[in-house]
Amino acid sequence: MTDGLRVVVDRDACCGSGNCVRTAPEVFDQDDAEGLVVLRQPEPPERLHGAVREAAYNCPAGAIEVVEQRPGGAA
Amino acid sequence: MTGMLETNVPSYPFGNDGLDPLLPHFAENGDGVGQVRLPTGQLAFLFTRHDHIRELLRSPDFSSDFTRPGFPLIRPLAEDMPRPDGSLIRMDPPEHTKFRRLLTPEFMIKNMRPLEPLIRQTVVDAIERLRAAGQPADLVEHFALPVPSMVICHLLGVPYADHDYFQECSRTLLAWKTPPEQARAAIEDLRAYLAGLVDKRMREPGDDLISRLATERLATGELTVDELVGLSTLLLIAGHETTSNMLGLSTMVLLQHPDQLRQLRERPELVDDTVEELLRYLTIVRTGLTRVAVNDTVVGGHALKAGDGVIALLSAANRDSDVFREGEEFDLHRGSHQHMAFGFGIHQCIGQPLARAELRIALGELFTRLPALALAVDPADVEYRDAVVFGVQRLPVTW
Ligand code: HEM
Ligand code: SF4
Repeated sequence: MTDGLRVVVDRDACCGSGNCVRTAPEVFDQDDAEGLVVLRQPEPPERLHGAVREAAYNCPAGAIEVVEQRPGGAA
Repeated sequence: MTGMLETNVPSYPFGNDGLDPLLPHFAENGDGVGQVRLPTGQLAFLFTRHDHIRELLRSPDFSSDFTRPGFPLIRPLAEDMPRPDGSLIRMDPPEHTKFRRLLTPEFMIKNMRPLEPLIRQTVVDAIERLRAAGQPADLVEHFALPVPSMVICHLLGVPYADHDYFQECSRTLLAWKTPPEQARAAIEDLRAYLAGLVDKRMREPGDDLISRLATERLATGELTVDELVGLSTLLLIAGHETTSNMLGLSTMVLLQHPDQLRQLRERPELVDDTVEELLRYLTIVRTGLTRVAVNDTVVGGHALKAGDGVIALLSAANRDSDVFREGEEFDLHRGSHQHMAFGFGIHQCIGQPLARAELRIALGELFTRLPALALAVDPADVEYRDAVVFGVQRLPVTW
């Protein structure tokens, strides 16, 4: 089993830049009313991990946190 | 950062003085931070490193409001210049947050997609008009300027027939050499023009952004008429000046890199990476972003005091060798995802999905439809615009 990864977003901090949606559309979306980030899957599969880390790094507002998880579930 | 010698401080903005105008010039003290003297006589700290600028622009300890004491003005303002209502780019939270959320959905990626056929048609028509103009023709006049102008007009509901007027106002406003009183008059003219339009759309709404805000947000009290006028003014200026300068410069840079242009023509799917690399390489908001510290704070290990003015030099960060190998080279295979051409932090460009769609479609069509496109001028003789947003004045081409 490989290490897991959990994504946490902070909608209060989000400025709706849409960078994350461009980088990892399978993981992030924006709502229609205010354009704030919506998490589509909090524990994306491994093939998306690179894109998710890039999205967190490039989030202008620092609203995306990536929590690396150990096998067995302990964060 | 006190105690620094204040003599021999370079003046800012830096001139290009015969150096390659595509390369930004900056002075720093070896640690990526320099001090500069602004035209107002005020001193400001200039940040040039990618990591420092990320930290600075994400920090809540800085304000974008130019009426705050210590704000680093890159050019003098007319006396008692008020902060215009609705000018999102000059607001801080929580006011900024409210306006930003109101506007974001209008420019979201998914809401830009339906606009793509219109952008493509606008581009194709412009190429036809360029052809009809006869060779050589000015690419700026016939392509780079009209395409983004027509698109933003469509989006906002501004009649394109008025373009001579609003383009003239915004050029005057953005040129460095414009005296403060004249710049103020230009912005007031633009606001008066848009006030007329808002008034009209309140009575006869159409299917456009100004009409939507006028019908949905004025009645609820979420926006005042003055704020709507201010927002529209900002969008009209930001919506055509930036993309238009990118189109002119991008065409020039691609024509000067024939090997890479050939690869782009052979593999059109490279266009997304090409656009990102052009954004990085050109960084048209060349004089950087200005902020004032509102608290004592630290950026990149440098202590700053409340009231200190800072400049985040995006053009330097976008060539930082810690992040971009051989950053002074244009390389469309670089995959420049970390560039900050659209800024960073909560003010990061709200129009970036639109700008990217326009650049991708316009450059793609231009180089496909005009396979023999070439500069009709020696690159050394190209005239640059001495303005807040960097660009070429004219770009004579043949095809
Ligand atoms: C390639 C083209 C463009 C570039 C390089 C660019 C660059 C930038 C930059 C660097 C900022 C940040 C300013 C700051 O932090 O003080 C910004 C903000 C902004 N841009 Fe753009 N821009 C472009 C296209 C557009 C377009 C097409 C629009 C039109 C809709 C637009 C509208 C705005 C607005 C409204 C802001 C203020 C956002 C805020 O304060 O929250 N820009 N842009
Ligand atoms: S990148 Fe950050 S600020 Fe932009 S939409 Fe995603 S979470 Fe929000």
